Parts: sequence; C-alpha cells; structure tokens
Amino acid sequence: MKNGPAEILSNERIAEDTYEMILRTGIAREVRCGQFVQVQVPGYFLRRPISVHRVLDENTLSLIYKVVGDGTRTLSQTAAEDFLDLFGPLGNGFPVLDEDIVLIGGGVGVPPLVETAAQYRRLGRQVTAVLGFNNSSAAFGEEEFRSLGCDVIVATMDGSLGYKGTVIDAIQAAGLVPATVLACGPVPMLRAVAENYRGYISLEARMACGIGACMGCVVKTPDGGSLRVCKDGPVFRTGEVQL
Amino acid sequence: MIDLHVELPGLSLKNPIIPASGCFGFGREYAELYDLSRLGGIAIKSATPEKRFGNPVPRIAETPMGMLNAIGLQNHGVDYIIEHELPWLAQFDTEILANVAASTEEGYVEVIRKLNSSPVVKAYELNISCPNVKHGGAALGTDPVLAAHVTKMAKEAAEKPVYVKLSPNVTNIVEIAKAVEAAGADGLILINTLLGMRLDLRTAKPVLANNTGGLSGPAIKPIAVRMVWQCAQAVNIPIIGVGGIRTAEDVLEFLYAGASAVEVGAQNFVDPYACIHIIEALPAVLEKYGLSSVREATGRSLKQ
Repeated sequence: MKNGPAEILSNERIAEDTYEMILRTGIAREVRCGQFVQVQVPGYFLRRPISVHRVLDENTLSLIYKVVGDGTRTLSQTAAEDFLDLFGPLGNGFPVLDEDIVLIGGGVGVPPLVETAAQYRRLGRQVTAVLGFNNSSAAFGEEEFRSLGCDVIVATMDGSLGYKGTVIDAIQAAGLVPATVLACGPVPMLRAVAENYRGYISLEARMACGIGACMGCVVKTPDGGSLRVCKDGPVFRTGEVQL
Repeated sequence: MIDLHVELPGLSLKNPIIPASGCFGFGREYAELYDLSRLGGIAIKSATPEKRFGNPVPRIAETPMGMLNAIGLQNHGVDYIIEHELPWLAQFDTEILANVAASTEEGYVEVIRKLNSSPVVKAYELNISCPNVKHGGAALGTDPVLAAHVTKMAKEAAEKPVYVKLSPNVTNIVEIAKAVEAAGADGLILINTLLGMRLDLRTAKPVLANNTGGLSGPAIKPIAVRMVWQCAQAVNIPIIGVGGIRTAEDVLEFLYAGASAVEVGAQNFVDPYACIHIIEALPAVLEKYGLSSVREATGRSLKQ
C-alpha cells in the first residue's frame, strides 16, 4: 500500500458517461488484478474506490470509471498534468488460476477483468470474455480483450450490439459450459452468475476508509456473519456472501 | 523542545492525538501502515455485551465537507474483544480507551465489569451518544437525569477512569456535561456525531438504509469547538475534543477551546496517515504560536 500524488497522463471519454484515466504512480508495481485504489477527488471529502483496469508498466496504471454523481463528474473534468492523491492497491483481487477461464463483466464492472485477462493470457490460458451492457453507446472493451487474444461475446439488453439479452443468456446461447467464472458487475448480474456458475465475483460498495476499519461496506455471509467488501473482498467466492 | 505530553486520569499520553472510536477499528488495519506506538492513545471500536451485526447497507453517505455514517455499533461483543483484540493491542506503547456501548444501563455495567480485568484498557469511554441505535446510545445521552444515572452506575462498576462521550444533539450541552460531572465522570469527550440525513433525488428515499446517520468531518468542527468551549467553562474535569479535526492547527483550536487532548475521526478515512501527519506537524504549530507545550495551550481562549 502506498499513498501519494499521481500525475494524470490522460483522461478520456471512451463510452457514454465512461472515462479512462491513465496515471503515473508507483502503486502500479504492487497491483494484482481485481484490486482497487482510493482516489481523492479535489473538493470532495471521501475518496472514490475505483478498480484498476490495466497495469501498463511498473509506474503507470489505468482506471475506467463511470460518471455517477458530482464527484465522478469532477473527476471526469480533470486533465493531463493534474495530480490526484491515490491510495492503494487495496482489496484482495481475483485469483490467477492455472486453468482456462470465463470472465463475465457488466457495464463498469468490465475494467478489472481486463488486467485479469492479461494475467491469464500471460500463463497461456484460454480466456473467454462475456461483456454485458445496456446498449451499444455504453459498450467498451471488446477490442482490448481481442487484442489480448481472448474470445469475446458481447450482449446488450436492447440488442443494439451483439447478442440481445443478459450475459447469462449469451453464455447459454453460445453453448459455453464454464468450469470457473470470474465476474464483476451490478448485483442482479452477479446474483444470476452465482446461481448458474461457480467461481469468483467482485462487488462494488459505498466505502469510507477502504482498508477494513470503518465497517461501512459490509456484506452478509450465508451463516449470518459479515465480511468487508474493501478488505475481505472485493472478490468473493460464489456462495461466500449473500447478494 | 516542544512538550507534547499530557497527563489525564488513567492516561499518560505521549502526545494528545487519539484516533476516535469507530474510525480506527482495533488498529489492525492502520498497523499495516505505521507503528501504533506513535499515537498518544487509541479509542477502540465500541464494545457491546453481545455481538452486533449493525445496520443494513448503505451505511455511508458523503456530504459537503463531511460524511454520514450509520454503522450501528457492529462488533463481535466484549468477550471476543477481550480474547482477540486486547491481547494484540498489548504490544503497542499507547494508551487504550475502551468505548463502551449497550442498549440498557445493565449492559454498560456488564461490559465495564468484564473489561476491568484487562490490563490493556486504561480508561473507559462511555458511549451514551451513538445516534444509530434504537436503544441506549443517544437515548441516554440526551437527558441529563438519565445521563447522570448511567454515569453513576458505570463509575460504581469501573475500576478505571470513566470518560463520558456526549451527544451534540441536545439543546443544552452544558447541562448534560454538568450532570455527568456531578455523577462522578472523570472526563468528557466532546462530541459524537450530529444526526443528519440525505435523500436520493431519483427515488425520493433516504440514501442510508437506516434513514438517518451521524454527521462527522470538517463540517462539524465549529460546533465541536463551541461545545468544548462552553463545557470547559462549566466543568472542572478534563475534556477530550473531537469533531472534524484534519490538521495540527485544528488541534490547537480545540486546545485553546479547553480540550486537553483530541480524537481524530473521519480524517483517518481520507488520509490513512492523518494521525501521524498531525503528530509530526504539531510541534511546529505550537512553536509558531509561542507555545512550548500542549498543556500551555489548553484553555488559552478562556484565560484572557
């Protein structure tokens, strides 16, 4: 874990309300796939937890985030050469297993799966990325997964790009029978993933501290206990937490 | 050489900086970042008689210059804390304040009796001001008679000094402060969070699952300073100030108002090294204003 200023190298819109920011920070060399950083947005009190999209080299990483409120809107208006205070990497991240894998991403849950795909490809494993979006204008990432050598299936709810329907529909239509899935996206999608497949899911949560101290982002376990999304997660085994 | 040392009932603080209860867990996460022995003390997360899950999520909402929380005293219960957390904390050279919460007066007494045997705990922080639980908490802390009664019971049970953490959600904080002093409190901790709320504009529903939550952060600092200043003139027991502290300058303001030491809360979430940054900056800030010790600064606004 490191805390300090990171220089923005670029900050560009890549889809509807969706931005990719490249930052120069020594945090990059510590990041495992599926981990996140806490970003201090100027003028806002709490940090924003944002998952790491790619580690570009040992001093450069990229984040993809969605504008969902005033804080992320302000973040979208920052520019190259500005500095942001970054704290991380945080959380446990996705496991890198020595097996072929199916990645399932929904909307802004897609980004952490890109670095994850890169790690599996580095091991020579076959990766299938199933990406779900509301519509074509919200879609991103297809080319990037392809350039990593992944098979890619895109699904949109309105059918404006790829398969019309959910990621689960698309997986079944493609005749895929995944042994292990790694998934990140909205809770209804993760719930469907956990009902149909075994593997790991990454959760999003409102956080304060980001390191497990404040108990702001807990999830229940099936036995009535609790786990912290920021510290015990954000990645959990399917069935490990109540969704 | 600037003297940061502060002596308070039960507490020998090497500096006046104490992370606030609920904002620091039991220190384990922050111990990965720095040596907890550098802290004056640690106010550990509330201990209740039984394990509590706390409130549903969302528990956190941001506000201008602050945040709302409605955690709801999630903890593993006093027995677990005695068995697992306090022995671990024993390795650090810092003073541990145990925050005690319960839904009944008997519950406070039960937790204190159990904690009496721990050599790690140096003093109690009687939490009669949590705004996020239905019973106990602020229900006791907003009535001078009830506040005095639970303080008296806690004092009878306690074998260590009892500091009472007061709620700002009252018409007259001085009345409560005097009542708990008369009941035997060894010190005051001012203030807990202010009851607040946020609504989601799309759903027209509260952002927090608990509907309301406690407001903390820099937004509440002027209220906390005012309450410390008012109470410092009305009581003869020491005050630990808390509310929106971010910098060593903020600490000095609380000392001037009458605080002997301070707790740092939500800023730990913003800057995980907040307490260390403040401790490092404090000597130069005291020196800048012509002070050679923390003690000298305490109550300076009242001596003119």
